[in-house]
Formats: sequence, C-alpha cells, structure tokens
Amino acid sequence: MTVTTPNPADAGSGEALAAPFPAPTPVPLDPLKGSKVRPGDRIFRLLAEGSGVLIVALIAAIGVFLLWRAVPALARNKENFFTFGGNWVTTDTSAMHFGILDLLQVTVFVSVFALLIAMPVALGIAIFQTQYAPRRLAGPLAYVVDLLAAVPSIVYGVWGLYVLAPVLKPFALWLNENLGWLFLFKTGNASVAGGGTVFTAGIVLAVMILPIITAVSREVFVQTPRGQIEAALALGATRWEVVRTTVLPFGLSGYISGAMLGLGRALGETIALLIILRGTQTEFSWTLFDGGYTFASKIAATASEFNDQFKAGAYIAAGLVLFILTFVVNSAARAVVAGRGAK
Amino acid sequence: MNAKMAAMLERPVKHQSFEGVGLRRKATNWMATVLVSLSVLVALVPLVWVLYSVVTKGYQALTSAEWFTNSQSGMTAFEAGGGAYHAIVGTVLQALVCAVISIPIGVMVAVYLVEYGGGTRLGKITTFMVDILTGVPSIVAALFIYALWVATLGFQRTGFAVSLSLVLLMIPVIVRSTEEMLRIVPMDLREASYALGIPKWKTIVRIVIPTALSGIVTGIMLSLARVMGETAPLLVLVGYAQAMNFDMFGGFMGSLPGMMYDQIGAGAGANVIPTDRMWGAALTLVLLIALLNIAARVGAKIFAPKKV
Repeated sequence: MTVTTPNPADAGSGEALAAPFPAPTPVPLDPLKGSKVRPGDRIFRLLAEGSGVLIVALIAAIGVFLLWRAVPALARNKENFFTFGGNWVTTDTSAMHFGILDLLQVTVFVSVFALLIAMPVALGIAIFQTQYAPRRLAGPLAYVVDLLAAVPSIVYGVWGLYVLAPVLKPFALWLNENLGWLFLFKTGNASVAGGGTVFTAGIVLAVMILPIITAVSREVFVQTPRGQIEAALALGATRWEVVRTTVLPFGLSGYISGAMLGLGRALGETIALLIILRGTQTEFSWTLFDGGYTFASKIAATASEFNDQFKAGAYIAAGLVLFILTFVVNSAARAVVAGRGAK
Repeated sequence: MNAKMAAMLERPVKHQSFEGVGLRRKATNWMATVLVSLSVLVALVPLVWVLYSVVTKGYQALTSAEWFTNSQSGMTAFEAGGGAYHAIVGTVLQALVCAVISIPIGVMVAVYLVEYGGGTRLGKITTFMVDILTGVPSIVAALFIYALWVATLGFQRTGFAVSLSLVLLMIPVIVRSTEEMLRIVPMDLREASYALGIPKWKTIVRIVIPTALSGIVTGIMLSLARVMGETAPLLVLVGYAQAMNFDMFGGFMGSLPGMMYDQIGAGAGANVIPTDRMWGAALTLVLLIALLNIAARVGAKIFAPKKV
C-alpha cells in the first residue's frame, strides 16, 4: 500500500463520502460497568474465552506433538529426510531409511493436476451462478454443488477406481499412445489400462475440490459493486464483457484464494488417493501414468502397522511436513483475501 | 479500479453506444455463455454419476433382510450373507461421541468470537486458528491423536480415539456456522434484554442462542454428516472388527467406511461378494448422510424462532 492513498476513514478524505453507508456501530455492551460483576457472567466469560484459547492451544499442540514424536525417528534415519526418495525401510528401527522426496513429488503433482482441471470449471460455475442464472435457479444450484462436498471421500475413491477408471481407459490409452513422447503422457510405473494412476486420481480429486473453489469464488463474485456492473451495461457491454471488465477484476483475489484452499484440501486428501493410486516401489517419474503414494496415503497405508515409537515416528515426520505444507497454503489463501481489503 | 476498465469508462459514451454489437463481440459473448453453462453441466455429471453408481450397485445388498440386523461376524469373502449392523452402529456411535464433545466447545468458541472477543488480539488469533483447523487434513488430525492419545498417554486404539480426532475436524465447521448465525441476531434483542437488567450470560443463553438455534442446529447436522464419512482416522486409530462392538473404549470397531475399505482388501472389484458388500456399505453411508441433511432442513424449521 502506498502512502499517498488517502485512508477513507480519515476526515477530509474525499472517499469517505463515497463509501457505503457505515453499519451502525454497536453500542458498547458493557452494561455492568460500575456495578458488581455477577459470578454467572464471570464463569460464562471464562468458559467462552477458555474455548477460544483451547483452539489456539490445539493448533500449537498438533505441531509440538508431531515434532516431539518425529524427532527420535529422525535421529535414527540413515538417509537425508528431505532428499531421499527411495523405499522406506523401517523394520530395523536402529537404522531406518526414509525420506519424503517421492511423497512430496507425487502429492504436489496430483494436487496441481487436480487444481488445473478444477479451476476453470469452478470459475465457470461461479460466474454462471452469480451473473447468468436466474435468481430462482441460483439457490438450488449452489445447494447441488455443495452436495458434491457432502459425498464422503471413500465413496469418491471407489467410484474413481471401479467406475470412472474403466470409462477413462480408452482415453488414457490414446493419450499414452499418441502423446507418449511428452513426459506427461509417457508410460509410468503403473498400468495405464489398470487405471490406478495419477491421471484417474487427479480427475477424481478435481471433483472433490470443486465445491470449495466454487463456494469461495461465488461469495466474492456476488459482492461485485452493482454500480460497476450497471455502468458497464450502460456502455453497451455484452454480458461477457460485463463479467470480464467488472466481476473478474473485482473477484480475482477471491478466486485465487478459493483455488489455494482447494489446493490445501487436495494436498491432504487421503483415502480416495489411497484407493485409486497403485502402490509402487519404483521412483516417481513425472508422468500422469505413474502410481505411488502421497504423504497422506502413505501414512494411511502403513498406519495399522504402527507398533513402536520409531516406526510410527517416521510416518509422523511425514505427517508433520504435510501439516506445515497445508498450514502455509491455507495461511496464504487467507492472506490473499485479507489483502483485498487493504488494496 | 482496474486500469483496463478505467480506460473503457473514459472513452466517450457516444463511441461505444453508436457502434453496434459487432459479430466478433457477439460471437465472444455467445462462446462465453456456452462455456459457462457447460462448466455447470461438467460439475453435475460426476454428482449424478456417483450417486447413480452407488444406488444401482448398492441397493441389492440393502434389500437383504439381514443387512440392517446382522453383523459380518464369521463371514468370509466367499460366503454371501451378513449385514452392516455393526458398521452402522460403529459409525453412529463414533459420530455421536464426537458431537457430544464438539458441540459445546464449538458453540462456546463462536459465542466468544461474536459476543466477547471479536476485536481483541486473542479473538483475531482464534479466528485465524479456526481457519487453519478447517484446513487440517484428517490424516494429520489422526496422527496428532495417535501421538497424543496412543503414543504419549498410552491408551489403546479404540473407537473413542477416532471420535477425538473427528472432534478436531468438526469443531471448526460448527464454529463457522454458529458464528455466522449469532452475528445476524439483531443487536436490538440484546439491548432490550440488558435494559431489563438481565445479565450478559443469561442474555446469551436465553435470548441470543435460542434466536439463532435453527441455524446452529443445521450447522451441527451438516458437520456431523461431514465427519461420518471420514476414513483416514479409522485407519490410524482403530482396527476394523467384523463383529458387534458397542464399547467405545475397548477393542476394534466396525464402521461403514471401515467396512468399505475392508471389502476392498477382501477383493472387491474381482470377487462379487465383497463387491456387493462394499457398494452396500457405500449406499448405507450415503443414505445416512442424506438423512442428516434432511434432518438439518427439518431441524431448521422446528427450531426457527416462533413468529408472534
């Protein structure tokens, strides 16, 4: 923010007049000032405040406990945790071999692929709902898109593997045959025909993150100032030109923030990817026809074998990285929206 | 304001209004309309397709008389029969225990954010942390409970541990929806109450919350539906049991997502018996969630403030 921009709140700044009528500031609710504080009030306030503190403590505790449990295992790791991409060997707890390179690659690759599919569709839906749909249709449509989020991820997982993958098979084979020279479509470490690939998983994941991107974008698009839209219309803009010149510039930050929240969701998705992606021992090679494990699916796949603290610690270390990753992505998404107000 | 738009607005009005809508602009507009409408269709296809698959593949298992009354105790992948009673009970029990813990905490956090701490430093940090908690992947929540409950405190893996991890996923959803509802309670109601000399806490409990109750109940139902389908915590925090287990604090426990995952391991997709069971469990789970969604709508009607 530049210093020269007048703050609308300052007296004398011209914008203060143009600002929308301010919501009436609530009367400060402190009716008890001067009288003695009743014990009921004190207890209730304490409870409410305590719950707030609990949430803050909870997030801190997640970080602390994961770190605490991960450190002993990391100390016994014979490989570099960040650059080792091979198989995890955790049976001999005095000399373990594990690292996140492969997990990180698969996680980011499948999430970004899903995001690339979901983003344009979500943008289209959000525009349709706020600018094209008649009011009668917009409500039910929003409800239906939200229903996509209500379907449990395990149902998406089995649908993806047993229903969608066979349908996608000819398309995947065609891509592999004709565009195989491109690294994205070359034959990977999972069977193209089998369907347990990043290709299938990414499409399913795209469906799963669609509702959140749509919901966040929609919320911001609706707030496009009526005046701007009408001004554009008055200038003879077509409907699309109205969207392009008013809604999109205004709502861009909301759209980006929604996409990042979707990315956060995709990074942490567990069971659908565990079901769909074919587990493999070979290295990830950046093709859509690879299988493999993401952070979450690797942890879930091995979870039932957690029997001592070092073995569990190795996976908890991976979980910690995932936690930090989603924390950063979600904070960034929030910062994008918060930054909008300061513009 | 955006530079492009500013440039457009600064052009003389005459120029734009007298130039008719050219073919190119018409075509672009038409293209955009088609693409935007198409994207809605693209989103509806998977929803309908998923529900259609689940219903057509799952209804057969549900029509069996044993489905809602028997467990899978003693059943194998090569012997048809048995039901999902154990899994339904497990899922419902875990969700209920989770709700009992989450609802008071979630509602109180929302009360704190709206009625007490809105602008304060702690309030802002809490809002931020609720947002972060919303984004915490279920597997991380499960690992945290594992690190705390199982590894540090030394408890066994049980249904209760699953409920604890679900609490982490349920609280932020409840906080968000409750907060939204409390905010739209008119300030006049609170002031009227204070004017009568009612203490603040009593105002919140007797005036503010009842006014917002219908929305709060809806939010709770929807959050409950959300956590019921969570599978990752089940894999980390409790084993799958084929037989009945009502005990939240001891032994493995069946659940609908757990049953689905178990049937995948038993050869669903290749062997017809586990396949049927898996889709049956999927349909049961989807029905349970649909039921909660309907209950949320009905609940909203029942708890709506009475019009005088």
